[in-house]
Amino acid sequence: MSQADLSIHGQVSRSQATEVMTAPAFSVPAKKMAMWLFIIADSATFAGCLVAYGFIRNATPDWPRPFHSITNVALMTFILLTSSLTMLIAVRSAQKGDKAGAFRWTMITALAGILFAVLHIREWMGMIGEGATLFHNPWGTPLFGSLFYSITGLHLLHVTGGVVALIAVGLRYRGGRYNADDLEITALYWDFVDLVWMFVVPFVYLLNLGH
Amino acid sequence: MAAPEVHKSSGIGRDVAVYVSLLILAAIQFVIAYQAISASQMFVRMLIVAIIEASLALLFFMHLSQNRGLKWFVMIFTVAVILGMQYGWTDSFRLLDGVKWAK
Repeated sequence: MSQADLSIHGQVSRSQATEVMTAPAFSVPAKKMAMWLFIIADSATFAGCLVAYGFIRNATPDWPRPFHSITNVALMTFILLTSSLTMLIAVRSAQKGDKAGAFRWTMITALAGILFAVLHIREWMGMIGEGATLFHNPWGTPLFGSLFYSITGLHLLHVTGGVVALIAVGLRYRGGRYNADDLEITALYWDFVDLVWMFVVPFVYLLNLGH
Repeated sequence: MAAPEVHKSSGIGRDVAVYVSLLILAAIQFVIAYQAISASQMFVRMLIVAIIEASLALLFFMHLSQNRGLKWFVMIFTVAVILGMQYGWTDSFRLLDGVKWAK
């Protein structure tokens, strides 16, 4: 092989390498891929928390079952599930170019998130009023309070962050600084928050329902 | 080079159908909570319903069904995490009995 052939071969290889390096993974745009990687990592965090909770609950014979009403948690579930649908409508509106509609539905989603957070905090206040704190509760093992507030608190932190993100991205979308793709990426995060709740409700609330 | 991500246009009808399915599945979890069964049976039933709910949300609300490569990536990662906690994490609550060397 001559020096010229090697040079041409080298250039082709470099060009192919550049193409491979710049091609988005799984054909997903970089920003969206970053959100997926965050979601995957965060799901491992929640999985770790829930598995640790399961282990401790299983290993504690007198685990308390303090919940007697499902009204509040059912309402919270309904609000969060509905907010995923409203966010989906916002993304579809943005993809169709309906800027006003997309902004309106994004803000409705944010409002649903705020309502969820208010209901959650109200529930916490009620439990604190009954004497359940991070390190103590009147029903038995203090680990219940630690795990309950840690897991639901981590989720509430995600909801709060999601509400802030929805408002910030929604306003910037309306202002023309962000586009439909940015709204879709925020929707991915919001759907993830909803997805985590699907596991928190049965294991943290419903399995601890007093009959 | 892989083809760019394609967003298939599906109507709001499918989104509403998935939303209603999720509401029904969530209601089933609440019904299971009032069944007169053991805690382990209740856990397994609720886990199955939660996995179905999560799959629906991932596939349709998060559009994972439209990207085969990413779908496999997420699936393989999830299985790896579950197996890791099942067999690698000592003192963990395992879905099954785990293995001797991890106890």
